[in-house]
Amino acid sequence: MLNVSLFIQSIVNGLNQGAVYALVALGYTMVYGIIRMINFAHGDFIMVGGYTLFYTIPLMVNAGMPAWMSVIIAIAVCTIVGVAVERIAYKPVRGAGSMSALITALAMSLFLENLALVLFGANPKSVPAIFNLPMIDFAGAKLPGKALITLVIGLAIMLLLQIFIKFTKLGKAMRAVPQDKQASTLVGINVNKIITITFAIGSALAAVAALMYCSTYPRANTEMGVMLGLKAFIAAVLGGIGIIPGAMLGGIIVGLVEIFVKVYLAPGWYEAITYGILIVVLLVKPTGILGKNIGEKV
Amino acid sequence: MSKEAPVLQAKNLGIQFGGLKAVNNFDIEIGKSELVGLIGPNGAGKTTVFNLLTGVYQPTEGTFFLNGEKMNGKLTHQVVAAGIARTFQNIRLFKKLSVIENVKVAFNKNMKYSMVSAILRTRKFWKEEEEIDKKARELLALFHMEHLADNIAENLPYGQQRKLEIARALATDMKLLLLDEPAAGMNPTETGELLEAINLIREKFNISILLIEHDMSLVMNICERIVVIDYGEIIAKGTPEEVSKNPKVIAAYLGE
Amino acid sequence: MPKNKKVEYLINFVGILAVFGILVFFLDTGILGKQVNYIRGIVTIALLTIIMVTSLNLTTGFMGEFSLGHAGFMSIGAYSSSIVTLALADSNIPNMLLFIIAIIVGAVVTAIMGFLVGIPALRLKGDYLAIVTVAVAEIVRVAFCNFAITGGGKTLSGIKKLSDVHYVYVVMIICVVIMYMFIRSRFGRAVKAIREDYIAASSSGINVTNYKVMTFTISAMFAGVAGAIYAHYMTAMIPNTFSFMKSSEYLTMVILGGSGSFTGSIIGASVLSALPELLRDFASYRMLMYSVVLVLVMIFRPGGIFGTYEFSLIRVLKKVFGKNKGGADNE
Repeated sequence: MLNVSLFIQSIVNGLNQGAVYALVALGYTMVYGIIRMINFAHGDFIMVGGYTLFYTIPLMVNAGMPAWMSVIIAIAVCTIVGVAVERIAYKPVRGAGSMSALITALAMSLFLENLALVLFGANPKSVPAIFNLPMIDFAGAKLPGKALITLVIGLAIMLLLQIFIKFTKLGKAMRAVPQDKQASTLVGINVNKIITITFAIGSALAAVAALMYCSTYPRANTEMGVMLGLKAFIAAVLGGIGIIPGAMLGGIIVGLVEIFVKVYLAPGWYEAITYGILIVVLLVKPTGILGKNIGEKV
Repeated sequence: MSKEAPVLQAKNLGIQFGGLKAVNNFDIEIGKSELVGLIGPNGAGKTTVFNLLTGVYQPTEGTFFLNGEKMNGKLTHQVVAAGIARTFQNIRLFKKLSVIENVKVAFNKNMKYSMVSAILRTRKFWKEEEEIDKKARELLALFHMEHLADNIAENLPYGQQRKLEIARALATDMKLLLLDEPAAGMNPTETGELLEAINLIREKFNISILLIEHDMSLVMNICERIVVIDYGEIIAKGTPEEVSKNPKVIAAYLGE
Repeated sequence: MPKNKKVEYLINFVGILAVFGILVFFLDTGILGKQVNYIRGIVTIALLTIIMVTSLNLTTGFMGEFSLGHAGFMSIGAYSSSIVTLALADSNIPNMLLFIIAIIVGAVVTAIMGFLVGIPALRLKGDYLAIVTVAVAEIVRVAFCNFAITGGGKTLSGIKKLSDVHYVYVVMIICVVIMYMFIRSRFGRAVKAIREDYIAASSSGINVTNYKVMTFTISAMFAGVAGAIYAHYMTAMIPNTFSFMKSSEYLTMVILGGSGSFTGSIIGASVLSALPELLRDFASYRMLMYSVVLVLVMIFRPGGIFGTYEFSLIRVLKKVFGKNKGGADNE
C-alpha cells in the first residue's frame, strides 16, 4: 500500500529541492551557453548569498522589515561578485582554450571559499528563520509552508526568466550570442555586455537559490556551495547544457530523484543514483535530454 | 574474377541526412595508378564522397570496394588500414607535433612492438623506431622537407603544410589516395611544386589518386579522367576534353 | 640500443640514485633531529602526489581530455589494497612483500575500473567527459560510504603502515619511468596525435578509441598505485577525502606545472603538496594566494609554468662541461 501523505510530501519536497537546483542550474547553463565555460565558482555564489543573508537578516528584522527582504541585498551582493569574477578573472582567459577556462573557474571557486574562510571563519553560521509559516494540511499530508512558498517563488522566477528571454530585446540578444558571436556583433549586439548581463542574472538567481536553500537548511558555511553547485551542474548537463528549459527540467528531475530515492529506495545511495542517471543519459544522448546533437564538420 | 579488380569500385553509393540526399547513385571505378579528378560546384557533395570513402560517414545506400574487398561498415582507421588515405580541405595536421612526428604517427599502423617492449626499451623497440625514423626522413626528402623535420608543424608555411599532409597520408602505405583541394590557397609557385610532388608520388609509389580540385587548369592538366557531380549526383564523366565540352557541366558551373 | 642512449640512460640512473642518496642523507642520518618524522611524512605525500599528478597528466596533458575524478581512482586503489592487506594482517608475510602486494592489488583493481569506465565514457569529449569522470568518482565515493567492507561510512582504520619512504621513492621512480617510456614511444605519439586532431589521427590509421581507453586505463592504474601508498601511509581513511575537491586539486597541479610536461608535473606536485604543510599556520591565506597565483598563471602563461618543457640531465651536464654540440636532444 502506498502511503498517500508520504507520497505527496515527497513530491513537494522533491519539487522544492528541484526548484533550488533549477535556479542554480540556470546560472550554469546560461554561462555555458554563452561562453562554453563551466563556471565552477557559480556554486560559491550561493555561499556568498548565504553569508549575506546571515549578516543582513538581523538588520532587516531590527528595522521592522520581513526577513526575506534580505534577499534583495543578497541579490545585489551576488551580482557584484559574479560580475567582478567575470571581469577580473574570466574575461582575460576567454579564447585561451577550454582547459584554461576550466582551471580559472576552479581557481575562482577556491578563491571565494578561502576568502570566506578568512573573513568569516570555519564555523558554520546559523541563518535566522526566513519564513514563519505554519504547516499546511493537504490530503492528510503535513506540508511545511516554507517549502510551498519557496517552490512558488522558484517556479515564478523561472517563468519570469522564460518571458524575459523570449520576449524582451535583451533576452533575444542573449539567445542570439550563443548561436553566433560574430553575427551578433555585426547586428550591433555588444557581446561583452551580454556576457556581463548573463553573469549578473546567473548570480542573482544564485542569491534567490541561497534564500530558498537557507529557509530549509538554515546554515551558512564556506563549502555549502560545492555540493549544491555540483548537483545543480549535473542537473544542467542532464537537461542539456546551454538550454534554459533543460536546466529547469534537469533541476526538477534531480530534486525528485534525490527525495524519492531517499524516502523509498536506499537513503545512503541517493547521490550515486543521480550521478548514475546522468551517466546513462549522456551515454545514450551525449548532449542531454533536450540537447541537440552536433557532429564535427570534416 | 577473370579480370583484376579495380582499385576502387563504388556502386550506387549514397547518403541521406534527415531526408536530404547529400550524395546519390555515386558510381566510380579507379584503376591501378590512375589519377581521377572529382569536380563540381560548391556544395555539390565532393567532400561528402570523401567522407563516405573513408568511413567518416557510413553510406545509407550502395557499396564500395577496395581491390575487391568490401569497405562498407568499416571505421576510418580500418579503411586506412585497408589502404585508403586522405588529406583534408582545411589542413588537419598535428599542429603541436614536429614535422617528422606527424609522419611517424601514420607509420604507427605498421609498427609491431608491444607496450612492454616500449617500456623496457627492448632491441625490437630500437630497431623499429630507427627504421621508422629513416623511412619518415626519406619521405620528407621526397618533398624537399627533410631539413624541416624537427620544426613544429604549425610553424610551417601554408604550402609546406599541404605537402606535409600528403606525406603523412603516404606514410600510411595506401593504395588509393584521396586529395581534397590540395592546391586551395596556394600561390602559382606553390601549385607548381605541388604538381611536381603529385607526379613524383605517382611514379614512385604506383598508387591511384582521386582528386578534388577547384583549380581547373590543374585538374585539366594532370587528370586522366574526370567525374563531375552536382547536387550529389554524377552529371558527367570522361576525359578532360569531353567533360569540358559537356553542356551539363557548363550549365552547372555557369548556372542556369 | 644506440650507444648515446645507453650513456644517457646510465647518466639518468646515476642522477636518480643521487637524489635517493640525498633523501637517505637527510632522513636516515639524524641530521634533521626530531623533525625527521614530520619531514618523512611530507616527502611521502609529495612522492605519491607526483604519481597522481603525472598519471593525470597522461589523460589531461598528453591525451587532452579533462578528468575531474582522478581522486576517485585513487580511492579505489586505496580501499582495494587495504581490504587485501587487512585480510592478510595475521599472516607472516614480511612488510616489504605485503607492500608490493598492496601496490599490485591497487594497480590491477583500479586499472580494471579505469578500463570499464573508459570504454563507454571516452565516447564523450571535453566538458562532457569531465562531468562523467566527476560523476563516476562521486558514485565510487558514495559506494565506499555504504559498503560495510570499506568502513560503512565510518573511518576504515587499522591498516598497516607499510609505505616506507624509501620504498615509495622506488615505486615513484618506476611509475614515472614507465609513463615516460610509454609517452616516448609509438603509443605516446598516437595519443598526442589524437589530442591534436582525432579526425586526422583516425585518418592516419590510429584506432582512436583503443588508444584513448589504453591511456585512460594506465592513468587510472597509477592513481590506484598512489592510492595504495596513501592508504598504507595514513593507516586510516574516509571516502570523503577523495572528493571532487581533491580531484580538482590534482588537476590544478597538472595545469600549473605544465600540461604535457613530466618535469612540470613532478615539480608542481612536490612543491604544491609540500607547501601547505610548510605554511600550515597560514592555511587559509595560503589557499587564497594559491588561487590568485593560479588565475595569474592562466592569464599570463596558459600552458602552465613549464609548458611542455622537459628537464634533461644530459643537457645540463653538456652545458656545465661546455661540450654543447648543439644537437636537438629530445630524450
